[in-house]
Amino acid sequence: MTSTYLDHAATTSMYPEVFDAMRPWQETNFANPSGSHRAARLARQAVDEAREVVASCLGVNAGDVVFTGGGTESDNSAISGSVRSRGGIAVCSAVEHHAVLDPVLHHGGVTVAVTQDGQVDIDNLRHVLESLAASGQHIAVVSVMAVNNEVGAINDISEVAAVVREVAPDAWLHTDAVQAACWVELSQITRHVDMLSLSAHKFGGPKGVGLMVVSNGATPEPLLLGGGQERGRRSGTIDVAGAVGAATALHKTASERDAVSQRVLAFRNELLDALTQIEGVVETVSREHTVPGIAHICLNDLESEALLFMLDAADVYASAASACASGAMESSHVLSALGVPDDLRRGALRLSLGHTTTSGDIDRAVKEITRSIGLLRERRAARKQRV
Amino acid sequence: MRVMIGMSGGVDSSVAAALLHEQGHEVVGVTMRLWGGESDTGCCSVSDVDDARRVAQQIGIEHVVFNFSDEFDEHVVQPYVDAHQKGITPNPCIECNRHLKFERLAERADELGFDAVATGHHARIGAHENGRRRLERGADLAKDQSYVLHMITAEGLEHTSFPIGHMTKDEVREHAARLGLRTAGKPDSQDVCFISRADGREHFLGNRIPLRTARVVDRDGTQVGEVPSVEMVTLGQRRGLGTPGGGPVRYVIGVDAASDEPTVIVGDADDLLVSSQIVHSMTWVDQAFEGEALAQTSAHGDPRPCQVTSTGEREVQIDWGLRSTRIAPGQSVVLYDPTNTWVIGGGIAQRSPL
Repeated sequence: MTSTYLDHAATTSMYPEVFDAMRPWQETNFANPSGSHRAARLARQAVDEAREVVASCLGVNAGDVVFTGGGTESDNSAISGSVRSRGGIAVCSAVEHHAVLDPVLHHGGVTVAVTQDGQVDIDNLRHVLESLAASGQHIAVVSVMAVNNEVGAINDISEVAAVVREVAPDAWLHTDAVQAACWVELSQITRHVDMLSLSAHKFGGPKGVGLMVVSNGATPEPLLLGGGQERGRRSGTIDVAGAVGAATALHKTASERDAVSQRVLAFRNELLDALTQIEGVVETVSREHTVPGIAHICLNDLESEALLFMLDAADVYASAASACASGAMESSHVLSALGVPDDLRRGALRLSLGHTTTSGDIDRAVKEITRSIGLLRERRAARKQRV
Repeated sequence: MRVMIGMSGGVDSSVAAALLHEQGHEVVGVTMRLWGGESDTGCCSVSDVDDARRVAQQIGIEHVVFNFSDEFDEHVVQPYVDAHQKGITPNPCIECNRHLKFERLAERADELGFDAVATGHHARIGAHENGRRRLERGADLAKDQSYVLHMITAEGLEHTSFPIGHMTKDEVREHAARLGLRTAGKPDSQDVCFISRADGREHFLGNRIPLRTARVVDRDGTQVGEVPSVEMVTLGQRRGLGTPGGGPVRYVIGVDAASDEPTVIVGDADDLLVSSQIVHSMTWVDQAFEGEALAQTSAHGDPRPCQVTSTGEREVQIDWGLRSTRIAPGQSVVLYDPTNTWVIGGGIAQRSPL
């Protein structure tokens, strides 16, 4: 089966060397790194080394790196942990992933508007923070994503940090960098924030492994209590293979980032150029401020579910908005915050590219998307004539 | 044939999907996500989607989920709430079939290149002598669902399939057990799927509209009781009216929810009987009909003989042979042929004057 996988923002394939690096820590040396025998010490060494590799890729101290069970856990730890640790309110952008947005809203937090291109509205951020401060509210944490997972918009975190430090100097600043890892030099982000979340499977590592940077004296309350692993910041037996896998993948990603970005950017632009030739297809946000890996389009006369079904049948794998627990497409809070009109929102399509994407994938995707849109329109017209 | 089968996660649609697959059709299972809110009564819960997906995997067919929750809200939930506010008794399952299963899903299936939509309803599709399709009662009369499917036209039936319509419920369950489907022993869904069994209808409505107390009066206007919410009162009801005990049983014979001072009118058993009934918003399976028929006025009610006369655009009057119990306005009235085999058409009961 020739399949065309254009859902890398959902997850991407694991690098073969990541799997190789992980394997011994499940198979031969499976010891618990918290133990006191030699096998345990070896496992501990692997974790320590993995932590150093991660720290070096991120430009932070090894002691600031916490291994977690995934991006969602990292985000939840940052938001809920901060609110629980110090009280006060949480603030985030309106287009955050639900892993940030839901805990913020759960704790009664507020959201900040975004521009029509999906970037946080800096003036609104300032206004929201000033209003909260003026009303005497303590701001526990501010969270602005580095890259949006649906449309790929990149935020200038240094600009965000400047406003937060000026208006709410006590607030901890968190960024969800899950979608940034493949495309953005992460040390340029970590230097501006107190907490940062990553998810290993988004950059060629294993699923179920997350990373969290906790620095600058931020002390979010841990979500998980127990054995006190990760310096008490995340209890639970350390996943040695996971840590090694995440470190290997991050190192590989960092060393190939420029080359992959350049290649993928050309593919992505080729894809968008071709798709926008189709009548009724619009680019949802300006390409200028997006990561190379995401192409987001909308159609005003077709529905995402129908288009995705057709593409699925043609073995072209894409997505629309995030899916809920039942697997149904949910209406996108991101597109709604961007002010995308209803009719366009219903016809959203996200094509996300990654390190394995080839020019053949782009050709096939263009061909099948064009064909599917044509077929859907044809059948709809025929039905209209019949009824 | 390429068939799209609606799979609710229940045993009927599970077996329907299996049968279509056994017959060699190209089958895709679809679970419609209809209700976005909480529910513990039936369709749309995550566990039902899980059941549908697992059954599809066991059978070996593809399974997808379509989100039609906006349309469900617009065409089913909101009208349900509005009807109660007007003192009308709606039938949300019928509106769901009308607007979601046999319109929205059928349209989607057509757009995706499918030849037909199938469901696990207990009903059969037959043909008249002239070849025109007709909707017939299911083989298991106790489970027959032709009443809630009456709005499908002969043209629509050409693109519809009810694979278990010829089976009894026991046969359906046996078939599911034979295939080892996890839904084999699942109880039938009942009640309104979007209303939580734990909280109930009053709680659901109270969250959406103000519930108003109403005076309960006799036909001559004398107050004899009071109800806390007029929206909850249904024609024919005889309990919970706040009337003093003893004396003859009083039935609700009219509900006036439209005025600023809502009232519930009660009377004796004889006041409940009428000799005719206007039915509006008629749809015909094949063509408009006048003459002798049987009328069924609830999902599992007994069909009663009547004479059907056209009184206007998509409106008929049915005259009962013997005076018959009033039908709650908003309820669907479905006409069957005198042999009680096939559906002629159906519509919605209008309020009958007192």
